Amino acid sequence: MKSLRYLENVVTLALDEDKCVGCGICTQVCPHGVLVLRNRKAQIVDLHGCMECGACANNCPTSALAVTPGVGCASYIIQSWIKGKENSSCGSQGCC
Amino acid sequence: MNKPVKQNCGCGLENTQPSHNLLREMLPMDRPPVKDEPCCGPPPGPPSDPNERPGYRLCSFVQGFMPTPVGPVPRIKTLLDTRDKLGTWNVRMGFGRNDYKVAPGLYAVGDPAAEAPVLVTANYKLSFDHVRESLAGMDAWLLVLDTHGINVWCAAGKGTFGTAELVQRVLKTGLAQVVRHRRLILPQLGATGVAGHRVKKECGFEVIWGPVKAADIRAFLSSDHRSEVAMRRVTFTFSERLVLVPVEITLLRKHLVYTLAVLLFLSGIGPHIFSWPAVWQRGVLAVAAVAMGIAAGCIVVPVLLPWIPGRAFALKGIFAGLFLGTFPAAVHWNDSSISYWSGPALLLLTTALSSYLAMNFTGSTPFTSPSGVEKEMRRYMPVQAGMAVMALFLWIGSAFLMK
Ligand code: SF4
Ligand code: SF4
Repeated sequence: MKSLRYLENVVTLALDEDKCVGCGICTQVCPHGVLVLRNRKAQIVDLHGCMECGACANNCPTSALAVTPGVGCASYIIQSWIKGKENSSCGSQGCC
Repeated sequence: MNKPVKQNCGCGLENTQPSHNLLREMLPMDRPPVKDEPCCGPPPGPPSDPNERPGYRLCSFVQGFMPTPVGPVPRIKTLLDTRDKLGTWNVRMGFGRNDYKVAPGLYAVGDPAAEAPVLVTANYKLSFDHVRESLAGMDAWLLVLDTHGINVWCAAGKGTFGTAELVQRVLKTGLAQVVRHRRLILPQLGATGVAGHRVKKECGFEVIWGPVKAADIRAFLSSDHRSEVAMRRVTFTFSERLVLVPVEITLLRKHLVYTLAVLLFLSGIGPHIFSWPAVWQRGVLAVAAVAMGIAAGCIVVPVLLPWIPGRAFALKGIFAGLFLGTFPAAVHWNDSSISYWSGPALLLLTTALSSYLAMNFTGSTPFTSPSGVEKEMRRYMPVQAGMAVMALFLWIGSAFLMK
């Protein structure tokens, strides 16, 4: 999404090229075009466009991708500050 | 033996075996003819549907059942009726969103054969409606997962639209006996919860990532399961943002009542300790400031998102709040009975509220990273709190200061 950009330099996405087997699944599931396949290896081409949804890491068969996934939801984050991540839930009364 | 009946609507009948005979037995021609005798009251309604069973209610989107090796599978309509549309309108307005679901399981669209594609979706009625509407004129199977009535994207984030549920649902419905191929087409946004390679390992079905939007399913199926780049990207257009506004506002209901009660009470405090005329006179201004804060944070920021300066939503909220906040703050500028200080108090109140609400809107967007949201919260929540405290001090203080 080129017209709507969020904060830069915060994203936790990391790619271990040595582990990548070039299956291309991550490039299919990423909804922001963060990854592309070049020379049978995945490459991060738009790091700051990543929303840390975790789809790529979840579907990478060799765990070459790592990201701290989560919901970018303020009420969830407030809860996680107070009660800890394990006890928090997103949208008890329906943020999503 | 038939399995115990669990679901409360006709869509959960996959496992009842003696279906064919039963259906035949219940054909309408076997009924005694309805006589046109005069009777009291208005004429009676239509007779019961032959597919009805005791203890079940036939869903209005089901148009008959299709015999399959695992029993009858409900065939669903692809045209939404008034009831569906009213339901959509209702949840868009923020009512009944927590219980707007269909029974999970297997459904048929059109007249699917054993080679027909299997599409997977969530059991949020709105998601279900989107998918069946987009399948008009096609033959397909629709496997609905139990996401507790939550849409694909959010359920995938929570893990209910996940690998375990998908595998369980495939096994439970006996899908392998219904179709000859071993492919499942999933909405791309489900990838956060479902790991394709694990599904394959656990139930033998290959996951094919379909387009982000249900509206692109037809194009996807007809292009041999290839998505164009545009179908793989989430968007957040003007109208997509606009439909979220009513929900953003209705979610505030409860908090709003408390906030207004406190503000009205504080507005009554003054040189006379507490005065009802002040509650009325100043309270109206405070309520107006809150209304402007909500309008700025829940309407202006979401709708004008790309055009308001700043990346952080809280900052966008400050700009929108400063703009709209000037109206209630300026109303009584020339009124000698109200202190100059009440203007800044109201402006701060609107701005703090707008910034906070705008920050909360991050949860409804499809592009904000949690790390980013956390960063902006750490930076802006102290600012918001500071503005709110200052607003309250000035507001109470201004009651004691005359011009
Ligand atoms: S999914 Fe993993 S292995 Fe496949 S291309 Fe992406 S990083 Fe490489
Ligand atoms: S975490 Fe989500 S947005 Fe980020 S690269 Fe992976 S799939 Fe794309």
